[in-house]
Amino acid sequence: MPVMTYREALRTAMADEMERDESVVLLGEDIGIYGGTHLVTDGLIDRFGPKRVIDTPIAEGGFTGAAIGMAMGGMRPIVEMMTWNFSFQAVDQIIQNAAKVRYFSGGQVSVPMVIRGPNGGGVQLSAQHTHSLEGFYGHFPGLKVVSPVTPHDAKGMMLSAIRDPNPVIFLEAGALYGTKGEVPEGEFLVPFGEARVAREGTDVTLIAYGRQVNMLLRVAQTLEGEGISAEVIDLRSIRPFDEKTIIESVRKTHRAVVVQEQWRWFSVASEVAAIIQEQAFDELDAPVARVSGAEVPAPYARNLEQAAFPSEIQIATAVRRVMYRGV
Amino acid sequence: MATIRSRSKKSEADVPPVAGSGGNGVGPEELPVDTDTLLDYYRQMLTIRLFEEAAQTAFRKGKIGGYLHLYIGQEALATGFLHEYQTGDRIITAYRDHAHALLLGATPRAVMAELFGKGTGLVKGKGGSMHLFDVQNGLWGGYGIVGGHIPLGVGLAYAEAYQKTGGIVQLYFGDGAIHNGAFHEAANLAGLWGRDGMCPCLFILENNKYGMGTSVERATAMTDLSAKFDSYGIEHEDVDGMDLVTVLETARRAVARVRETGKPYAIEAITYRISPHGAADFLERYRSKEEVAEARKRDPINLLEQRLLEAGAVDEQQLAEIRREARAVVDDAVKFAEESPEPPIDELYTDVYADSAYATDSPVG
Ligand SMILES: Cc1ncc(C[n+]2csc(CCOP(=O)(O)OP(=O)(O)O)c2C)c(N)n1
Ligand SMILES: [Mg+2]
Repeated sequence: MPVMTYREALRTAMADEMERDESVVLLGEDIGIYGGTHLVTDGLIDRFGPKRVIDTPIAEGGFTGAAIGMAMGGMRPIVEMMTWNFSFQAVDQIIQNAAKVRYFSGGQVSVPMVIRGPNGGGVQLSAQHTHSLEGFYGHFPGLKVVSPVTPHDAKGMMLSAIRDPNPVIFLEAGALYGTKGEVPEGEFLVPFGEARVAREGTDVTLIAYGRQVNMLLRVAQTLEGEGISAEVIDLRSIRPFDEKTIIESVRKTHRAVVVQEQWRWFSVASEVAAIIQEQAFDELDAPVARVSGAEVPAPYARNLEQAAFPSEIQIATAVRRVMYRGV
Repeated sequence: MATIRSRSKKSEADVPPVAGSGGNGVGPEELPVDTDTLLDYYRQMLTIRLFEEAAQTAFRKGKIGGYLHLYIGQEALATGFLHEYQTGDRIITAYRDHAHALLLGATPRAVMAELFGKGTGLVKGKGGSMHLFDVQNGLWGGYGIVGGHIPLGVGLAYAEAYQKTGGIVQLYFGDGAIHNGAFHEAANLAGLWGRDGMCPCLFILENNKYGMGTSVERATAMTDLSAKFDSYGIEHEDVDGMDLVTVLETARRAVARVRETGKPYAIEAITYRISPHGAADFLERYRSKEEVAEARKRDPINLLEQRLLEAGAVDEQQLAEIRREARAVVDDAVKFAEESPEPPIDELYTDVYADSAYATDSPVG
């Protein structure tokens, strides 16, 4: 299997679909001549020309709205948010139009589009440039929301996203664009709503998505030395959500720790914890633990930023607590 | 600690006289401000330049994180307009904000420490390069979302008028930002409120030719940017932003006009970003080396130096002394930033609420 970066996996998926389907176009800031701020779209303007790789002015609301119109009219636009932090300027378009127009037109129109870009923090971009928006976008019916962590899933889920007849919020692991992994050639679709068991274990279920999955794998390794066998689940898809895989795992381990970079209140982890207690209350040997970002706007200084995000130490501590190991 | 502000801080009485109509007409023999003042501006601009270069170096060494946007090439602009700052005015800009902070009186130490993410920084290491605030000296930020601060500036101006402070707002934004909906919505309000004298806001459009890699021509079919203000009933003029003398003359008139009328007014300052968009930006595919070299010929600091030399206002030895002095200020700032402690970890939870002591929240549930 070929090895490629997360960035290349995304680019390959988009290029393959553009090759296959002429209705697929890209829009965004500096995605063409500049090459893309994170080089995800690098070279695509040379291959597909400026009519299909459209450099836009800095007007997220405007070009996202235009792309929604394109989708309603039968195209399949992919919009790049240079980073998801700027999508707040387009929130009105995304929520009031993309997510709802099918409903309030009585099913007469649909919006097959992808909005994609880097999400999450970890590189000292401070308050306005650091957000994890899974919970936020996951809140709205009408949107699909996914967050792949491996290059394999980046490609497979991007292919699914482009073909999906709904607006898809595609949250990329911004800190991982350069990470490499095996990616199958050609067409393979990773369906939405299916979590991935990233590591099997028997004592505790660790649940995350995006770059926290990698942390969980490292923590699981550490815990193995203490005789704790941890199962790691990568949610991949936030809406739709795979309840089955999680409940099956908890029935086996009887304990769960959910980890996320986003704030805890009204978050994905809160939802996961609620789902587990609703569906597997009698199976639980300990309350479900959540490890989340600190309830502050993201700080700038390196030490403060590190303190604001879940650490491996915090995660391991949470695991020992649900295991009732001396903490 | 020392700031870089004018040493002879002007009082109403000794405002230096402005002669000529700026631009072409002003020959070396008729400099519009006295030469001591001009030399002082030269020192400030040079200090800003060296400050930015030092920040760039520190960034490449990994001492500064996040984004770092430099003002190299645009120094004459903020220097000229902020010369008109009076106590009570409010200055607001985007993320290319170091010069504005320094000119308004933040110490180079505090600004550099902020870039280094230190507790001694201008905003205690909590904002970084893009979010410089120094409210007591008139700087109201420092914003990272292109166009997002423009409505704030218009609201600040309304408040100035409502409270009858006599202050005005200087609202800086880029050629890229003018295409953002936030600009258009805010400009419309400014025009409207200004009819009643309720919006003393000077829009300063810093047209440095690019928004990141997208030139003005590639961002709009109507490239006469200042004419966009016509849509909102805001009068405007252009200025050569590379020539401090011209900027000073224009700033004098424009600020006075806004102060007197309570109406918005707009300046399109034609300038050029000599530095890359951000300090991490090595690939400059969107412009040629020749174009940058051409622009460097009108480097605002060199232009001013030439003027001063030609007017016989300064000699090489004095210039060397000013350079040495500016270098020392910047070196001191870097040393200070380097030696300063990180913010105490307790700072993580402060400043979230204005009424303080909400119980903090453990990130572990
Ligand atoms: C809403 C938004 N979109 C995109 C960005 C990324 N970005 C940062 S600066 C910039 C270019 C802005 O250009 P301009 O307004 O001309 O200001 P300049 O950088 O030239 O000073 C872009 C696209 C952002 N910060 N905010
Ligand atoms: Mg610009």
